[in-house]
Amino acid sequence: MTSTVDTPADASRPSPPSGLVAVAHVPGWARYALLAVGLLVAVWLPNGLYPAVAVDILCWALFAVAVDLLLGFTGLMSFGHAAFWGTSAYVTGLVAIHAGLPFPLAVLAGALAAAVLAVPIGYLAVKRTGIYFAMVTLAFAQMVYYVANEWRSVTQGENGLQGVPRELFGLDLTDDYYFYYAILPIVLLGLAAAWRIVHSPFGRVLVGIRDNPARARALGYPVHRYKLTAFVLSGFIAGLGGGLFAVGHRFVSLDVLHWTTSGKAVIVVVLGGIGTLWGGVLGAGIVVRLEDWLSFSGFEAIGLVTGGIFVLVVVLFRRGIWGSAAALAHRLAARRR
Amino acid sequence: MSGFAQNTFNGLVSGAFYALLALGLAVIFGMLRVVNFAHGAFYMLGAFGAYVLLTEAGVPFWAALVIMPVGLGLLGMALERAVIHRLTRLDPLYNFLLTFGLTLILQDLVKLRYGVQSSPYATPSLLSGSVNFGLFDFPTYRVFILGFAALLCVAVWWVLTRTRIGMVVRAATERPDLTRAFGIDVGRWVTPVFGFGIGLAGLAGVLAAPMRAVNPLMGADLIIVVFAVVVIGGLGSIFGSVAAGFGIGLVQAWGEAYLSHFPIVSQTIVFVVMAGVLLWRPAGLFGREEAPA
Repeated sequence: MTSTVDTPADASRPSPPSGLVAVAHVPGWARYALLAVGLLVAVWLPNGLYPAVAVDILCWALFAVAVDLLLGFTGLMSFGHAAFWGTSAYVTGLVAIHAGLPFPLAVLAGALAAAVLAVPIGYLAVKRTGIYFAMVTLAFAQMVYYVANEWRSVTQGENGLQGVPRELFGLDLTDDYYFYYAILPIVLLGLAAAWRIVHSPFGRVLVGIRDNPARARALGYPVHRYKLTAFVLSGFIAGLGGGLFAVGHRFVSLDVLHWTTSGKAVIVVVLGGIGTLWGGVLGAGIVVRLEDWLSFSGFEAIGLVTGGIFVLVVVLFRRGIWGSAAALAHRLAARRR
Repeated sequence: MSGFAQNTFNGLVSGAFYALLALGLAVIFGMLRVVNFAHGAFYMLGAFGAYVLLTEAGVPFWAALVIMPVGLGLLGMALERAVIHRLTRLDPLYNFLLTFGLTLILQDLVKLRYGVQSSPYATPSLLSGSVNFGLFDFPTYRVFILGFAALLCVAVWWVLTRTRIGMVVRAATERPDLTRAFGIDVGRWVTPVFGFGIGLAGLAGVLAAPMRAVNPLMGADLIIVVFAVVVIGGLGSIFGSVAAGFGIGLVQAWGEAYLSHFPIVSQTIVFVVMAGVLLWRPAGLFGREEAPA
């Protein structure tokens, strides 16, 4: 029998997990205005929040964008991105402690290590799609967690890596306020890189693969290789965030590798809006701020709240914040015409 | 030789837990296309429920062995009706996320009430002591678990292959549309099957209570290993899930015993096996190929 190329390759996936709405109708000036507002908020942030929280938001923003690069633009839900975030955190910490390099170089080393780790994991994981991909990445991340837990001579096991220095040419960065501005350029570079990837020809192919892998394959694109490349790039960006997180906290604990961290990254993306890139940044801001507020007010069961958010968002609010806003703007624009 | 028998036996016992959990996951996945992340949390609730029943109401192990699976099965059915049902038409990833959120909620609810410390649960007196098989002594309770789990797996297999209900479930799993076209009300079976899968997880939890530390996080890391088990066996295949469950239990026990210089081996070997299976047969040992992507 003939099989049409148009049918999705996996019939159990009726719709791609996407809150993506066409935003082509948003006029150019509005985009620049949004960008300007975003940059202003980024510059203002440590004046309005505790600087330490602001630093966390920047790190998580990179993490979320990395996850969205796969989930929103390649159609792969990685439930094991803590492996890259955490590996980079450990490598960054070790390099900073033992080599005394300026912290951006240590973070770069961490992110590169994460990217290297992403090659074998990605190679194996892209052999499966959909829910299997999520389970496979989750399992491999757990393996990395166990290895870090056992390899105490290097990772200090449950004690964690203590005293990660914030070295930058002798500048005094002990104050989180100044440290925020020291990492802001790196974070913006990472976000710009993600934006560039999504809007490159390579990124268009990824979206094509997400929407119809069979057609992409029929057009001659090596689907697995594209997915693997996206996976490694995503691992690198998550690694940037994880490395900065390690330097920001001056401490690395096993938590950075735990599956709850992977899950939290996915919540942040879904809350912000899958396939919106900037939604993840927004989601990071909300979740980090909320968790800080909860732990500050002495509430112990944070999982109750994050889990509750997860359930509510998945049941009622699947487009996420950015996706809903974009849909609203789209509808308003359509009415005006 | 006696060491080998001992290790093999222990491997089969821990494999029995993997098999029961994987079986529940596979049955649920087959019928609903839902990968239930909360399976580990329900396993924990089974164990915790048995513990609470015993300490606060004096309900013995044998009663808990019936009450908990039935109670949790009903809870699972309510859950399926209330939320999971709404998402089954969407991408399965949404239900994966939903059940992940539920896991966090269930764990923290138990933590909030009972703290994180482990609680001991006494082995029922009927099953304390040990059984002698020729040269070796095995703890009676573990023999019981192994026999009980094996019996349960066979019973499920029998129901699925030899009864009308099983036939409907298998048909609905393989070709839901065609089954509907034959006038069979597939939707009617979705909720009970989900409840059944959850009940199996709760049962595994009750069985685990006298053997393992009862605490709110006991299912948290276990579920990830079970995911690896079902990837190895092939999630679509019920037989594959059970076989892989026992197999991984054995491999872990042997790895622990004979590679004891590398303590990391027993924890990571399941993931290494999974990597090997993904290279060799990406669909799992007993799974069918997906359409090429």
